[in-house]
Amino acid sequence: MIGPEAPTVARTAPDPSAPAIELQEVSKHYPGSPPVVALDRVSVRIDRGEMVAVVGQSGSGKSTMLHVMGTLDGPTSGTVLIEGIDTSVLSDDRLAAIRGRRVGFVFQRFFLLAGVAVIDNVANGLLYTGATRPQRREAAAAVLERVGLGDRIWHRPNELSGGETQRVAVARALVHEPAFVLADEPTGNLDSASSASIMDLFMSLHDEGRTIVVITHNEDIAATLPRRLQILDGRLHDDVRASAN
Amino acid sequence: MSELVRVALGALAARKLRSFLSALGIAIGIASLVSVLGLSDSSKSALLDQIGALGTNLLTVEAGTGFGAGDSALPETAVASASRVATVEATAAVYSVDAAVYRNDLVPEDQTGGIRVIGTDPGLLETLNGGMAHGSFLTEGTRQYPVAVVGSVAAERLGIRDLDPAVMLHIGGRWVEVLGVLEPFALAAELDRAVLIGDLAAEAYFDAELAPTVVYVRVDERYIDETRDVLAGTIDPENPEEVEISRPSDLLEAQSAAESSFTGLFLGLGAVALLVGGIGVANVMVIGVIERRSEIGLRRAIGATRAHIRRQFLIEALTLASLGGTAGVLLGVAVTYVYATAQAWRVIIPPVALVGGLSAAVAIGVVAGLYPAIRAARVSPTEALRSA
Ligand SMILES: Nc1ncnc2c1ncn2[C@@H]1O[C@H](COP(=O)(O)OP(=O)(O)O)[C@@H](O)[C@H]1O
Ligand SMILES: [Mg+2]
Repeated sequence: MIGPEAPTVARTAPDPSAPAIELQEVSKHYPGSPPVVALDRVSVRIDRGEMVAVVGQSGSGKSTMLHVMGTLDGPTSGTVLIEGIDTSVLSDDRLAAIRGRRVGFVFQRFFLLAGVAVIDNVANGLLYTGATRPQRREAAAAVLERVGLGDRIWHRPNELSGGETQRVAVARALVHEPAFVLADEPTGNLDSASSASIMDLFMSLHDEGRTIVVITHNEDIAATLPRRLQILDGRLHDDVRASAN
Repeated sequence: MSELVRVALGALAARKLRSFLSALGIAIGIASLVSVLGLSDSSKSALLDQIGALGTNLLTVEAGTGFGAGDSALPETAVASASRVATVEATAAVYSVDAAVYRNDLVPEDQTGGIRVIGTDPGLLETLNGGMAHGSFLTEGTRQYPVAVVGSVAAERLGIRDLDPAVMLHIGGRWVEVLGVLEPFALAAELDRAVLIGDLAAEAYFDAELAPTVVYVRVDERYIDETRDVLAGTIDPENPEEVEISRPSDLLEAQSAAESSFTGLFLGLGAVALLVGGIGVANVMVIGVIERRSEIGLRRAIGATRAHIRRQFLIEALTLASLGGTAGVLLGVAVTYVYATAQAWRVIIPPVALVGGLSAAVAIGVVAGLYPAIRAARVSPTEALRSA
């Protein structure tokens, strides 16, 4: 099951041979009475190009783990390595740059700006990369084409169906060509047909070689993915790789 | 920079009414500051113009109205005495004439229109720096004939627009030809409301006593105070304390000083309005931070640093305040223009009001935006993004 893996040595420059994401003994506590242990000494290593499902009950710590993997939040203890770089030594600016250039987040709630055209919602994914407005729009139009919304770019989010809205959010997460896509229950608000089309999209990203982590409640979806991490009460309970079938 | 402003404008446009109302607060504050400064300068310049027109070397000599003052007329020798003072450059006297003026002999007797008849000498026009709107003033040649010159207000009340065809007035039961119409005098409103006739004519036709009610004296600029000191004793050696001497330009200067203190008061009120406007902006921004937590979280997720978020909210507050400030400056200029024009003042908008108005708005934007911006930057992205 959980074989002890040799910890990678921390670096400050990306190492092409290092795993995409590695958590070493990562814990996350939230202060309060009683304090919440959202993550409890989790060690996991995700290689480049892997596609991983994260499953577990509500409140087990899945979102917390995803946020920590994407440098949105730091661990209380333990080490988070992104492409071999120890994130604990990085400044807010450097962490933000990692999120802006290497990571694409997708959330259950889509977090689109109401009243802003689809193309500009997607272009916003490049807002903090230094790209000019025409460059951002061009990239946004291209990625919207790719997710099948080429004819919807001037619509407002409230004019789209739930599945289409999530595809806009996925496009926003892809517009800067991220190495990792971290998705937190991306199909949680969608019907099964829309869910399937979003998962197809993630599969094709996986085929392109991107590293993908998807939190899901849906056992059927989890079962189709090559690797499955099960979280239970903040601990990594199970790590299953599907045998080739 | 333009990028940041565009994002800010987008965010403000998404909350139009609220943005408008808080910018309005700033606009009203700035508008009141600009218009107070503009109007105070415009009115001050009008006063200075008046002082300039009047000259600062004019003294008026009147019989004291204090206790024991009799018929409030000066001695008959007043003009001659004043003229003997070496530093006196010119004199003119006016005498009250007991007669009523009518446009013609059909006007009922009680409708005098509040117009007085005053006798004077030909030097009055020059001594008071007056001007003629129509016709000519009394001369040495006409001062003894039944002819009149009409003050500006009196002309209006009598319905005299020009002197073609010739205008006759019915004064004290006698027809008198109007030779001229005066322009308004600076600070001699009683003359504007009067019909002037020659002093000699006043005596000959209307039984006026030639004891002046007022003597106007032009004095050598360099010796105004000294002249003032000796005039009373020269004019009435027996009762110098019953001679009252004033300097009309002093009145205008006092008026100007009084207006300055009003300006201070209104500036204070404008500053209060601006403070309230600033609080409005801060309030809108604080509410924005609370409402837009998920937007903040998302921006952090797509690569915004805390500094980016802080800057975004600060620029938003600045944009709001600058828009309000610009509108306020325009509004203030418009108010100044309209009011000053209505008062027939020259419109003067001091550059300090424009620059100061905009700078005040920007400063308010920074102050009002700083705290909300810092709060926005402190929002925890993970909390903001947690699925509800
Ligand atoms: N910001 C926070 N403050 C306090 N407790 C939190 C915070 N975020 C998450 N938690 C708690 O941590 C635990 C794990 O949360 P989460 O990672 O969202 O779980 P999951 O995504 O698996 O539902 C929960 O008990 C949750 O209430
Ligand atoms: Mg969750």
